[in-house]
Amino acid sequence: MSFPWANHYQPKNPFMKYLDERLPLPRLVYNAIGGGYPVPRNLNYLWNFGVLAGLALVIQIVTGVVLAMHYAANGAVAFGSIERIMRDVNWGWMLRYMHANGASFFFIVVYIHIFRGLYYGSYKQPREMVWILGIVIFLLMMATAFMGYVLPWGQMSFWGAKVITGLFGAIPLVGEGLQTWLLGGFAPDNAALNRFFSLHYLLPFVIAGVVMLKIWALHIPGSSNPTGVDVKGPQDTVPFHPYYTAKDGFGIGVFLILFTFMVFFAPNYLGHPDNYIEANPLSTPAHIVPEWYFWPFYAILRAFTVDFILPAKLWGVIAMFASILLLFFLTWIDRSPVRSTSYRPLYKWFFWLLVLDILVLGYCGGAPAEEPFVIISQIASIYYFAHFLVILPIVSAIERPKPLPNSISESVLHGEERESAPLGAGGTFGKPQPAE
Amino acid sequence: MATVEQIDREAALAQEQGHRRRDFINIAAVAFAGVGGAAFVYPLVSQMAPAADTLALASTEIDLAGIEPGQSIKAIYRKQPLFVRHLTPQEIAAANSVPADSLRDPETLEARTKPGKSQWLVTLGVCTHLGCVPLGAAEGENKGEFGGYFCPCHGSHYDTAGRIRKGPAPANLEVPDYVFRSDTVIEVGAAA
Repeated sequence: MSFPWANHYQPKNPFMKYLDERLPLPRLVYNAIGGGYPVPRNLNYLWNFGVLAGLALVIQIVTGVVLAMHYAANGAVAFGSIERIMRDVNWGWMLRYMHANGASFFFIVVYIHIFRGLYYGSYKQPREMVWILGIVIFLLMMATAFMGYVLPWGQMSFWGAKVITGLFGAIPLVGEGLQTWLLGGFAPDNAALNRFFSLHYLLPFVIAGVVMLKIWALHIPGSSNPTGVDVKGPQDTVPFHPYYTAKDGFGIGVFLILFTFMVFFAPNYLGHPDNYIEANPLSTPAHIVPEWYFWPFYAILRAFTVDFILPAKLWGVIAMFASILLLFFLTWIDRSPVRSTSYRPLYKWFFWLLVLDILVLGYCGGAPAEEPFVIISQIASIYYFAHFLVILPIVSAIERPKPLPNSISESVLHGEERESAPLGAGGTFGKPQPAE
Repeated sequence: MATVEQIDREAALAQEQGHRRRDFINIAAVAFAGVGGAAFVYPLVSQMAPAADTLALASTEIDLAGIEPGQSIKAIYRKQPLFVRHLTPQEIAAANSVPADSLRDPETLEARTKPGKSQWLVTLGVCTHLGCVPLGAAEGENKGEFGGYFCPCHGSHYDTAGRIRKGPAPANLEVPDYVFRSDTVIEVGAAA
């Protein structure tokens, strides 16, 4: 598909030939994730996370469709219907725990995927559109996860809905009307619950659609790789199947082991006990926090405590949205032509500082809104924006990158043609590789 | 120029001949994943079966004390109408006067009631034709030509033993499993 030496789909079975001439769906799959997609031969395990994100989406859709057969989106019975799923519906407890933990795992996988992209410069040309579509998916995921968390109609659901729709209330002039419109009332109630359920069911399919666009966009330049060096010839690539289906298969096995461990042994570890108390509009939980995957953004939201020209509440909302919207422009902020951070000695430090900064923000977002967490999250928020708006442009301008390898195969296999050939065409077999 | 490693490798390949260790690992791994995937289908299918709270309502107790001969009541059993009828001696006689062999669905009143309790006719109020609720259980309703039940949808006539006598229905009104817990209480849905 992307390179001239890609294998061509050649159906042998007469039925597959017949099908290929009329509906070339097997050809599409072959070219997308089969033997017809040449992939750089040096991908490490961080490249598993795209496929893992796809798996997480499938798990969410399958368990979600099934849960919707038992859930009732009505304030009077929603909480009870969840308890019925947990106690009475066959395997309901497992399906719900899979769905709840599946959301967390989806975010874990996607966060690693995003940091992979940040480290290896996957956002740089020619893959800008892949990155931008990824951020779109991320935003859709956040909306979907938030609305899904409201559906059990527990205390955290209710107050989460109130606080998050309250963000829109911070917008000048139209804010209050907008919040009332979003909720279909003055506080979260049946109207809000019903529309959240409707959208929570819709958005995953929108995500699936954007995923397809993203894969389409990815296949034009082909996958990036840990050196960041462009693919130069057939010796730099291997077919996706069987090489990366096998590697992804291993990653899927590890993912499922961790996932099932959480589902069966610690299903509520990532949840909040207050959400097992039915929604009560007259009492706010003492310590209200979103799910862990929103903590860094929640910390930025709460970091603004003083009015400065605009009200502090509005600043928090602007900063929180800006922290994500910034990522859309990353391609044009980081002007360095070198993709992989492995060859950027100066930027490497700032990359890991950013990771640390986001972890600190995450910790503060989950902590109560009191000192010292307020001041820490203020400093961390400032650093977050400084990283993208100040540090990154300067670093990319003054940095002297390390010399890049001439090609992927040279960097990995030292150019030895026979060594780099696939199994059966020479190379070493059954012997440890000599240390170079 | 062939190196030592390459010669070893060719030899190793030749030794393994048709089935390589890698083929075995490949088939084993894919088969294992297939079994795992198939196992996950079971809960996805099973979740659509009746849930525990639905099954908990699968049996119903009915008090017969207030039902006089000639009267019947409609109860609800598994979300469907249930007819409990206290037959009069005349109705029992009418039902027994018909040779069972001559019927579409041959069954005696004896077989459709409990031993010694043949005055209590317990049937589902669901016409065996297409599922309508027959008339005849409530006062003043049309009991059909045979004094039992009459389905207004497509004109099926049931007799005083709830047996199909005329019309399109293929079978007698269904007699659910039930047991007498005492002389005046039955539990419908419980097997004897």
